[in-house]
Amino acid sequence: MADLIATTPFAGLLPLTRGETTATEIVFDAITSVAPYSGREKAVSKALAARTGAAFPEPNRTTGKADARAVWSGIGQAFVLGPRLEPIDGAAMTDQTDAWACLALEGPAARDVLARLTPLDLRPEVFEIGHAARTLLGHMACVLMRTDADRYGLMVFRSMASTCAHEIDTAMEGIAARARLG
Amino acid sequence: MRVPCPLCGDRDLREFTPRGAAVLLDRPAPDADAATWNDYIHLRDNPAGASEELWYHGGGCGAWIVVSRDTVTHAISATKLAAEARDAG
Repeated sequence: MADLIATTPFAGLLPLTRGETTATEIVFDAITSVAPYSGREKAVSKALAARTGAAFPEPNRTTGKADARAVWSGIGQAFVLGPRLEPIDGAAMTDQTDAWACLALEGPAARDVLARLTPLDLRPEVFEIGHAARTLLGHMACVLMRTDADRYGLMVFRSMASTCAHEIDTAMEGIAARARLG
Repeated sequence: MRVPCPLCGDRDLREFTPRGAAVLLDRPAPDADAATWNDYIHLRDNPAGASEELWYHGGGCGAWIVVSRDTVTHAISATKLAAEARDAG
């Protein structure tokens, strides 16, 4: 029988370093969408917090930590990043693990790189640590979250991985070139 | 131009897709007469001034939004979730 080799979405594309900015792939054990049924939001949030340490996030927010994070992913829905989840009573859940390409953008100029690609207001006092957004990266739909002062998490559809890596690379190179000019 | 999404706050226009007049939320009963359905599907006002429109936040949270907008000045006075607007009648 053939020996199948699993590759990650950004295999051969990341990591990248341009100037002081690095883009690194993040591979989660599981990505699960959790959408509580109407009226069950509180119970689902409680169950989620008990199992993962991350309650169901408010709109445009994340909860939890790097090993188990929940990120708001749209109206009435969140993605749980990291732990594999058993079904939770009162919520529609879908395994999304292989559907998304995830990366971390890190460095003092990471915000400037993102600012070339997304229309979001990224000023640190507006887009704070723990904030998240569904927005556009170039022409791609994405999930963007700020996980630390100079660290951003980014998720795009897996089919967009090479486009995403190319866009990020171009923006990173542009910012690095500006920095070299002084 | 920025559109204030009720969930996401001020977001750039490019994240949104306009659909048309918000009268689409007032769907007639299935057994309504042909004239009523004809009005619903085809007839629209063309206001110079205050208007209510349905916009889709497809580049963001995926919500349908009722945008109260002045078609002369483009000023947006209010937005609300279409689901809430419909439930409020």
